[in-house]
Amino acid sequence: MTNPVKLEIMIPSNTADGLGVQEKLVALMEQFEYSMRDVFAMRLSLEEGITNAIRHGNKFSSDKNVMIRCEISTETMRVVVVDEGEGFDPEDIPDPTLEEFIERPCGRGLMLMRAYLNICEYSEGGRCLTMERERNSPLPIMED
Amino acid sequence: MSKPDRRIDIEEISGVTVARLLEKKILDEANIEALGQELFALVDKDGRKKIVLDFTLVEYLSSAALGKLITMHKKVTTAKGKLALCSIQKDILDVFKITQLNKVLTLCTNLDDALTKF
Repeated sequence: MTNPVKLEIMIPSNTADGLGVQEKLVALMEQFEYSMRDVFAMRLSLEEGITNAIRHGNKFSSDKNVMIRCEISTETMRVVVVDEGEGFDPEDIPDPTLEEFIERPCGRGLMLMRAYLNICEYSEGGRCLTMERERNSPLPIMED
Repeated sequence: MSKPDRRIDIEEISGVTVARLLEKKILDEANIEALGQELFALVDKDGRKKIVLDFTLVEYLSSAALGKLITMHKKVTTAKGKLALCSIQKDILDVFKITQLNKVLTLCTNLDDALTKF
């Protein structure tokens, strides 16, 4: 399969449905023969991005949905996740590696997405997340 | 045989509790919550203080799972015990390094290495 595929999925605000979308998009990556490394990176990012939209964006509200748009080609996997919450400023998220935050049990999702994705951008006041990874991306860059 | 709904398998080796994580993907919110409860019970309910978490079978984990590991680490430390993690696959080891949790948690190459930490 070499023709690009576009997909649009609306889910309610629960993580089981989020996981279902994640499995569907990972299966698409496998059809396009992305590497295990690319699949690992994207699965991790999808989990963090979609869960953030459900948990922090929509706050699990039953009357709010999450829209997921995916475009996949032989070159890139691009996923846009849009929630219906109040939005947020990514700059307000503290660096979880700082000494005062390192033992906090939360706040690492955004950091992981930034490490694994070629593009990780929030827009529309924090309600829209664009994630993109190129095929065979060298990310994450590890120091050792 | 483990019950099918269990997330960890327990073994005692020379006074150390070895908890093998049974799920390949520690991603789903409900599973992570259940795993957390099983791990915390080792300390809170059973009073175990020397614990190794064996990651041999684990292929994926999310930041929510990392959160449970940090809470577990705190519980064991508060109980004046020790927690070590072992046999972590390369991709997942990268996750620990990116978040710098390798500086907080004791990560060991394999179970034998982990058992020397007690």
